[in-house]
Order: sequence, then structure tokens, then C-alpha cells
Amino acid sequence: MKSPEVAFVSKDRNRLTKRFGTYIVLLVTIGCQLVTSNAYAGQGKLLATPGVTQIEGTGGSGIVPWASLAGYASRDEIAASTFATRVSVDDYRLNVLGMAINLYDRVEISFARQNFFLKYAGQEIRQEVIGFKTRLYGDLVYSPYPQVSAGLQYKTLKDRDIAETVGADRTDHGYDLYLTATKLHLGLLNGYNFLWTAGVRSTKSNQLGFLGYGGDRQDSYSLQVEASAAVFVNRSLAIGLDYRQKPNNLSFAKEDDWVDLFIAYIPNKQVNFTLAYVDLGAIAGASDQTGMYLSITGYPW
Amino acid sequence: MKPLAVFVLIYLVACAAPQRHEDSLYQALGQKEGIQKIVGRFIFEIGDSPQIRPYFEESNLDRFYEKLTEQLCELSGGPCRYTGDSMIDSHTKMNVTEADFNLTVDLLIAAMDHQNIPHSIQNQLLNKLAPLREDIIYR
Repeated sequence: MKSPEVAFVSKDRNRLTKRFGTYIVLLVTIGCQLVTSNAYAGQGKLLATPGVTQIEGTGGSGIVPWASLAGYASRDEIAASTFATRVSVDDYRLNVLGMAINLYDRVEISFARQNFFLKYAGQEIRQEVIGFKTRLYGDLVYSPYPQVSAGLQYKTLKDRDIAETVGADRTDHGYDLYLTATKLHLGLLNGYNFLWTAGVRSTKSNQLGFLGYGGDRQDSYSLQVEASAAVFVNRSLAIGLDYRQKPNNLSFAKEDDWVDLFIAYIPNKQVNFTLAYVDLGAIAGASDQTGMYLSITGYPW
Repeated sequence: MKPLAVFVLIYLVACAAPQRHEDSLYQALGQKEGIQKIVGRFIFEIGDSPQIRPYFEESNLDRFYEKLTEQLCELSGGPCRYTGDSMIDSHTKMNVTEADFNLTVDLLIAAMDHQNIPHSIQNQLLNKLAPLREDIIYR
């Protein structure tokens, strides 16, 4: 019973590793080439203050958007960034590729293509996320109050069969709206920098949207809390925690809140790497989904 | 005798302890001499930066050295008083951009690194300096 499935999966995995691998190579290559030659790139922010990239493609940490915008552009500059992320838990795998543009540290426009794999069923659910984020107030380092931003994520589901099967209200597209605040406290913890983010999201997305938007149990928007905290061991190394509350719209299976514990290495303003342990709880009936998260963001401009 | 003892105790707890704490950053920076070395190296870093050097073209560097030393000494809780111009006055017409401000912060960090000031001490000094930014940029 298991062997045909395994064959399916390994073939699928090979195809994917190939494709994903190409992107990583591309990203690293571009990043390295530009390390020495991007004199006009947006570099005006302090190291690490844009955060890394969150799984829906916006500036943040693993699963939580921050109020800071992706890229190192100051208010006189433009910046672009690209990223690749892979999350692998017991029964599922998520690959995300995307990019973001930062206009004058006021507006961030992002695009992410997400491929969600059901490892043992050999099925794939694709979703695209177009994101807008705007800084409403402040600077996470310098202003007396936290930096505050508002964002919109427009999600389009490309493979709708599973969402339809599980009873989603909509299976074409959905919107997430969020408001988030981020503050970096210089030297707060015995001289070490401490950063926190707290946000609230209005959403109908089931499991980020892979299982559609809204459901038989609840088809209206609900407010979900998300938060993140990190300590900078030095200028290039942060250790932190993300929490994201999830709605429970589908009666067929319970959706759990997500948590991750991350370590981000930000050696310079050209590239950064994040490794995390994730606990995604139960997803579509498969319980205790824990695993690893790996992400790289490059800043070619 | 007893009221005196109580007074001394209150003095020790309420005044002496916080005072000791107040200049701990100044001590960690190496007092006046340590701060002078940081400022000296900072000026060297500025001279080495094509992007920041032009801001200082008409500056009196001896005065800058003296006043910045005073300012860091005072901000870190040391026994000094800053006698220079206000941050707004000294930066008016310089039109310091946000990016150049942050680059200058990086130069100060480089200067502190050069003087082997620990990361945690650097952050505490930067925390004292951070509120000055709004009086410095885009003037």
C-alpha cells in the first residue's frame, strides 16, 4: 500500500529540489555579485532592522510580519529583496519564493509564491500572495513609541480541490488585513538589544489559505493575534520566538496556533539566513506537525 | 546617634547606590580617557568615509573632538557638562539624511569596536544617543 505513494513522493521531491535548488543558487550568485558593486542600493537602515522575511513574503520574522518594511531603504531610497524559504514538518512541506520592493521606507510591495506539499498523498497546493504594507508611524529604533505599520495580503489559491473538499467558504481568493507594531530597545536586556512585535490580523484564511478562506464552521473575518520577540546576541545574530494565533473556520479539523523558535544570522546588508524550529500543531487532521524552517533573503538592490 | 545612622542608611540606599549605578556606563567606557580615544577614532573613521567626510569639511575638528567628548561624558553619567551648541544649531543647514545618520552610527560603532568596547556597553551608549536623532536629521 505504501510503495506507490513513496515512489510518487520521491519523484516529486526530486523535481522540486531541482527547481528550488536552482533558485537558491541564483539568489546566492546574484547576492554575491552585488556585494561589491551596489553603491546605489538602498542601504540606509541599520543592520538587521528590516528583519528577515516572513512566510507570506513581507518583512518580519518566520511567521509574523513586523512593522519594519523589507529591504534597507531609508526614506530617500528604494530597495528590493528576494527570498526563498522552506518549511518541512512531519506530513507537509512548504516552499516559498518571492520578492519585495521598498519605496522610501513608506510602502512595501511584495509577492510570494507558496507551494504546499502533502508529503504522503503526493499532492500540491499552490497559493500566491501579493502584499502591501505601509509604515504609519515611527522608527523601530529611534522613535519614542514603536514603529507602526498596516498591511494587506491578497491571496489567490491556484489548486482548489482540497479546499473545496474540506468545506471552505471560498476557494478562489482571500484578504488578510493586519496592523502591527515593532520596537527595538537598545541595550535593554543587560546591554543586549531586545526587539518585540505585536500585531492583530483580520483574516478568513484556513491554514494560511491553503485550505481556502472561511468555512462551514465560521465564514466571517476574525481577529487573530501575532507576536514576536528577539534578543540580539550581537549585531548579526538574533534569537527569537514567533507566535501566531489561527482561526478555526472548518469543522472537519481543528486548526492550531503556530509557534517557532528562530535563530537569524545577518552578516551584512546583502544577505541573511534564518533557521527555526516550528510547531504548527494539527494541520488538516494530522497532529503534532513539528519540524524545521530554513530561509534566505538576498538584497540585490 | 540613632537618627544619624538612619540618615546614613537612607543616604546610602537612596543616593549612593543610584549614583554609583548612574556613572557605570562612564566607567565602562574607560572614563574620560576612554571616551577621548573613542572620539579620536571616530574622527578617524569619519575622515575615512567619502560619504560622511564632506559634512565636516568646514568643521573645527579640535572643537568637535572636545565637545563630543564632553557630550559623551555627560550622557554616560560622567562628571562633565556639555558646553557646545544645541544639536539643532550644530546640524542646521547640514541636511543630514537618515541614511547618512545611520552610516555615522556605524562609524561610531566601528570606533568603539576599535577600542574594544563590549557590544553590551556600546548599545547602552547608543541608547543614550538615539533620542538626539530628531534634532540632527533633515535640518
